[in-house]
Amino acid sequence: MSPYLRALSAILLREALRFVTQRERFLAALVRPLVWLIVFAAGFRAALGLSITPPYQTYITYEVYIVPGLCAMIQLFNAMQSALSLVYDREMGSMRLLLTAPLPRWWLLFCKLLAGVLVSILQVYAFLGIAYLYGIRLPLMGYVWVLPALLASGLMLGAVGLFLASTIRQLENFAGVMNFVIFPVFFLSTALYPLWRMAESSRLLRDICAFNPFSHAVELIRFALYARLNPDALVWVALTFAIFLALALWGFDPARGIMTRKARP
Amino acid sequence: MNALDVTGLSFHYGRKEALQSVSFSVMPGEFCALLGPNGAGKSTLFALLTRLFVSRQGRIAVMGQDLQTSPRAALACMGVVFQQMTLDLDLSVARNLAYFGALHGLSRRESVLRAAEVLERLDMAERAGEKTRALNGGHRRRLEIARALMHRPRLLLLDEPTVGLDARARAAITAHVHALARDDGIAVLWATHLVDEVAPDDTVLILHKGHILQHGRAADIAPQNRLPAHFMALTEDTAA
Repeated sequence: MSPYLRALSAILLREALRFVTQRERFLAALVRPLVWLIVFAAGFRAALGLSITPPYQTYITYEVYIVPGLCAMIQLFNAMQSALSLVYDREMGSMRLLLTAPLPRWWLLFCKLLAGVLVSILQVYAFLGIAYLYGIRLPLMGYVWVLPALLASGLMLGAVGLFLASTIRQLENFAGVMNFVIFPVFFLSTALYPLWRMAESSRLLRDICAFNPFSHAVELIRFALYARLNPDALVWVALTFAIFLALALWGFDPARGIMTRKARP
Repeated sequence: MNALDVTGLSFHYGRKEALQSVSFSVMPGEFCALLGPNGAGKSTLFALLTRLFVSRQGRIAVMGQDLQTSPRAALACMGVVFQQMTLDLDLSVARNLAYFGALHGLSRRESVLRAAEVLERLDMAERAGEKTRALNGGHRRRLEIARALMHRPRLLLLDEPTVGLDARARAAITAHVHALARDDGIAVLWATHLVDEVAPDDTVLILHKGHILQHGRAADIAPQNRLPAHFMALTEDTAA
């Protein structure tokens, strides 16, 4: 096995062991979307009518509509949680251990990113399992098709988190940033309402939602859950991933990055 | 060949000078104590030596490998113990070592063999299966040193490794690392502000306000155990 793959498997194993030992984190990640699904969606079901739009071929309940958005929400929170732990690790020192390994820094950061994404995928499948028991049945192939979509959206959101972690120098600043990122990103997206609904109240809000990469992650997942590909969403997600990963790698580069911008001779 | 060569190294935080034209070498088997009061520039020097920071002024070479142009080769020769603890407390002692071994390219089999060796060397063989959280401060530090030795480094960097430990644990760790330099020929750079950790035959490097004030054998710099007084006088005079 090459040193690259050894490092990858070690980082994945470490993250998996953390995931197993931190059961509270797993439960917290599930409680949030389940509250939205069971409490919020039930309340809004009567108020929000939804017309037939792709990928749906028939009328759907509001609970069915928000499931993809809640899957993306799990990944969004997981990405921010991973970014928070990166900032914590950097302050507390264990990130230093990783960054002083004799491997390219981009590879080490990518391994860390991938480990976080795999954890988020496990969380999403657990959520989909509970939603199934709650009565939200999706096409069987959708559960398979959604895997690569979750990988793509998780990588995109993880790259955004990695970039944020590279720009934030102190742990205390992170809570504020999370609020400024998570809530606008989630609410200004198609996670809770379709674009045409947004357009009815404000064209500007609709345009913002259409531009928000999180909307495209949601739509990628939504189509995949019905065994369909949304190519536009995939391109948006891939592009956003590439941009934020490049920015994050720049941020963590000791010679050029944000981490040392004040430390240049 | 020197284990570590630092030549003309300077570094600034904005306009604040942290290191100014620092040059020194550490030979294989040498125990070099980097002495300096708080704020002397020790941690900055460590961040540069481990490539967490990069300076455009000066050169660092580890076993002849330039840290700027061949970072992977240079880092592969280096074991590091940071000032802050970097262990995963939820993992066992053995898993902490295996994780580090994998980051340094060791196979699972090599990792197991090396872990047994380094734990034996640090008198911790019987603790391999324990949760790291169950270890006391002294043993956690020893584990960090064991971990830094997993890939057989030729240079060991330790940034204030005895901070927060009681006198007995401090003495044990200092003795272990001296033995590593003496018996295994590992070059050691030991940053500290605790002068009593320095033995008469150690090399001493006194750093203050980013400048090297003195460099030489401890017994030559301040004979008859007068190093603490000498260090105090030197850094106080310069500060005044």
